[in-house]
Amino acid sequence: MNRKKVMRILPWVVTPAIVIVIVTTWQLVVSIGKVNPFLFPPPDAVGEKFIGLFSTPGIWSHTLTTLTEILVGFAIAVLTGVFVGVLLGKLPWLEASVRPLIVLTQVAPKVAFIPLFVIWFGFGLESKILLSALLAFFPIMLNMLLGVRSVEQGQREVMKSLNAKRSQTLLQLEMRSVQPYLFAGMEVGIVLATTGAIVGEYIAGSQGLGFLVVSSMNQLDAALTFALILWLSLVGLGLYLIVNELKRFFIPWHESVYGLRNTAE
Amino acid sequence: MSTQNPTHAQAQTTTFPASASATTGAVPGLMIKGVGRDFVTRSGLTHAVSGVDLSIQRGEFVAVIGRSGCGKTTLLRMIGGLLAPSAGTIEVDGQNLWRGSKVDESAITKLGFVFQESNLFPWLSVLDNIALPLKLRGADKRDRRARATELAALVGLSGFEKSYPRELSGGMRQRASIARALSTEPELLLMDEPFGALDALTRERMNLELQRIVLATKSTVVFVTHDIPEAVFLADRVVHMTPRPGRVSQILPVVEPKPRTVDTTTTTEFNEIVRKLRNDIDEEN
Repeated sequence: MNRKKVMRILPWVVTPAIVIVIVTTWQLVVSIGKVNPFLFPPPDAVGEKFIGLFSTPGIWSHTLTTLTEILVGFAIAVLTGVFVGVLLGKLPWLEASVRPLIVLTQVAPKVAFIPLFVIWFGFGLESKILLSALLAFFPIMLNMLLGVRSVEQGQREVMKSLNAKRSQTLLQLEMRSVQPYLFAGMEVGIVLATTGAIVGEYIAGSQGLGFLVVSSMNQLDAALTFALILWLSLVGLGLYLIVNELKRFFIPWHESVYGLRNTAE
Repeated sequence: MSTQNPTHAQAQTTTFPASASATTGAVPGLMIKGVGRDFVTRSGLTHAVSGVDLSIQRGEFVAVIGRSGCGKTTLLRMIGGLLAPSAGTIEVDGQNLWRGSKVDESAITKLGFVFQESNLFPWLSVLDNIALPLKLRGADKRDRRARATELAALVGLSGFEKSYPRELSGGMRQRASIARALSTEPELLLMDEPFGALDALTRERMNLELQRIVLATKSTVVFVTHDIPEAVFLADRVVHMTPRPGRVSQILPVVEPKPRTVDTTTTTEFNEIVRKLRNDIDEEN
């Protein structure tokens, strides 16, 4: 077997191996009795709870609630992020004027706003959607801002030498070369939108997976908490993979897509 | 040779400048009269190009050569409609290219520009890149595909129509960008050091290829380079420019018959011109 082939197969062996080592160590440490299984439940207990999760009444409606918050929040973030990002990218004077405000809101811990959102919008979905949108907005907006400014000068000159209309340059050049930046922002954004929805539910929720996590904590059921976190992670992973798949579909030509393919080979 | 007096230098070689068309009666492909361009820099006003007169016949290949900073690229960008001149007029096929700082729509569509970098769009296939100018002009999809396929074959890219630019070598990318510039059948092909970023061997091959393409399409070409043998190999006339201010110091005809081959570069005549240009450029300072 040549070296290249080994390199290609290696991750498929090593990744499961690492997972097995972690889970076995975890199981061993707990069963040897060094830690309290009540506080730190072993993997088999978590697995049991995880499977049991899907026969719990209401699990799907809680999941749907959280998904709705994430997706609506994310959609708002994409629309506003693209709009504001393009606007600031195109108008440097405006960007310079609002830069201090952007930096301030960037460094502010945005989850701290959730009590305010609850005061404004109540305990329903709206406050979580808003937090989700707020968190996802920044990476999308900042990436768009960067993307609008990163259109290659040489490519602009090509359009100029071809006597392209403004609308043609926008459609054929700017909107195309900004796409990798949009997807980079969206990949970070979808993860933050998930975080936003969950944190919102932790603090002010009566529905959703975040609410279930808090309930399990109140019941001191650590195994259930682990199981819920696992389920949440899988939901988050699913959403991320959807965005990633969209990226592969829309910008197969970009380095971030074909580069991965090349290194895997 | 002193470079202070351009007419003196031309008188020694040939009298091709602005008056040539008046004597023959035909409208030249490109007519440049008293063209200049100033830039405001921190140190004051710089005359990047000053008082350039040049007349180029249809089907003629003119190479512009000179040290960096001699204004050759600035001149080409003015001819290409990318940079407005501060003085003078540029006529393409008897039509004024510039109206003040605005470019004339119908005059610029007669031009094709090839840049030092291929500047292909990475999201378009080779075929779609070549067809881009036709798309912008609203050509029918089938027509532009057919035309682009022909051009891909002309520049030696058959079989790569569906590839993305990243899958091509530097030389192949530059072939694609030449095909793109040719897609609108321009009256005048403008090339700004198109092979400057290529290695010496690829470059030599691209020169032969370009000669073949130009002869096949009967293109009129203005070719900017800082490579003396390249200029002499390709051109019917070599325009030598000198800096501060950027102006034409001499115009040398190259009478070697075309198509030229690698053997041309070993002839006495060829090397005589190369040597003369090299000496003149060396003496500039």
